Amino acid sequence: MAHPSQLGFQDAASPVMEELLHFHDHALMIVILISTLVLYIIVAMVSTKLTNKYILDSQEIEIVWTVLPAVILILIALPSLRILYLMDEINDPHLTIKAMGHQWYWSYEYTDYENLGFDSYMIPTQDLLPGQFRLLETDHRMVVPVESPIRILVSAEDVLHSWAVPSMGIKMDAVPGRLNQTAFVTSRPGLFYGQCSEICGANHSFMPIVIEAVPLEHFEKWSTVMLQDA
Amino acid sequence: MAEDIATKLKNYRTAPFDARFPNQNQTRNCFYNYLDYHRCQKSLGAKGEDLAPCDWYKRVYTSICPISWIQKWDDQREEGTFPGKI
Repeated sequence: MAHPSQLGFQDAASPVMEELLHFHDHALMIVILISTLVLYIIVAMVSTKLTNKYILDSQEIEIVWTVLPAVILILIALPSLRILYLMDEINDPHLTIKAMGHQWYWSYEYTDYENLGFDSYMIPTQDLLPGQFRLLETDHRMVVPVESPIRILVSAEDVLHSWAVPSMGIKMDAVPGRLNQTAFVTSRPGLFYGQCSEICGANHSFMPIVIEAVPLEHFEKWSTVMLQDA
Repeated sequence: MAEDIATKLKNYRTAPFDARFPNQNQTRNCFYNYLDYHRCQKSLGAKGEDLAPCDWYKRVYTSICPISWIQKWDDQREEGTFPGKI
C-alpha cells in the first residue's frame, strides 16, 4: 500500500505490475538522461565566451540528432508494445468475481459454485483498530486464492465508479449496464489496497477496495464461513 | 456429446474464455448465455428431450452475470416484458 512521502509506485503484487514498474524505470531513465544532456547543453551555450557568426549548416549533426531520437523512440516503443500485448493475453481463469460499484460501497459476488455475495463498506475512522489504515480498511475484504488467475467483472448499479488496485496495476471503470473484464494473478499473499477512481458523489473518497490473497485452503474455508453467515 | 457435457459440467471451474467475446466488454457474453439457456430449455423442453445440456449455459451466465441483472431479467420474463427473444 502507499506510504508517506512516497515517490514511486507501490511494490508490485502481480507479474503485470512488475513489468509496468520495470518499463517505467526504463522510460524514466531515458527521460532523465535526455533532460540532463539538454540542461548541460543549455548551460554550456549560455556561459561560453566563444562566438562564431559564420556557421550556416552542418549535415552530420543534423543526421545525428534526427536518427538518434528515432532510435530512442523505438527503444521505448518496443517494450511498451510488449507489455501491451502481454496484458491482452488470453488467460484461463480459475475463478470469476464480480465487483459491483454502489453509492458508496463495493459489493462482491462469487457465483461460480454457490451464490455468495456481500457488501464491503469502509471502516469509519473512529472505529479503526490500532495499526489499521485510515480511509482504506473495509469490513469485508475481497478474498482471493494466491497465485491463481482471477477474472474480475466490474460494473455499477447506479453511477460511474472505478475499481482500482495500484499494487496490481489494475484500474477498470464501473459503468452501469456494462460488464468490464480484467484479470490478475497475485504473486504473493497479503493485503492490497485501492480506492474508487471515478467521481461518484459525496463519499467517492470513502469506498475503498481491499484484496486479501490467501492460500487456496484458507480461501475455501473463508467462502464456506461467508456462505453460512449470509 | 451428452457425456462431454456431463464431464464438462463436472469439471466446471469458471466460465472459460469465449472467442466470440474476446475483449473487455463482456456484457453480451452474459446476455447471450442467459438467452441461450432459456432458448435451450424452451426448444429441448418442447421436444421432450433431456435438458442437461442446457445447464452449461446456466453455469456460464451464473458465473458471469451480476446477480441483480439475473433477478431483473427473471422478473421481466415472468411479467412478459423481457426485451430478448426467447
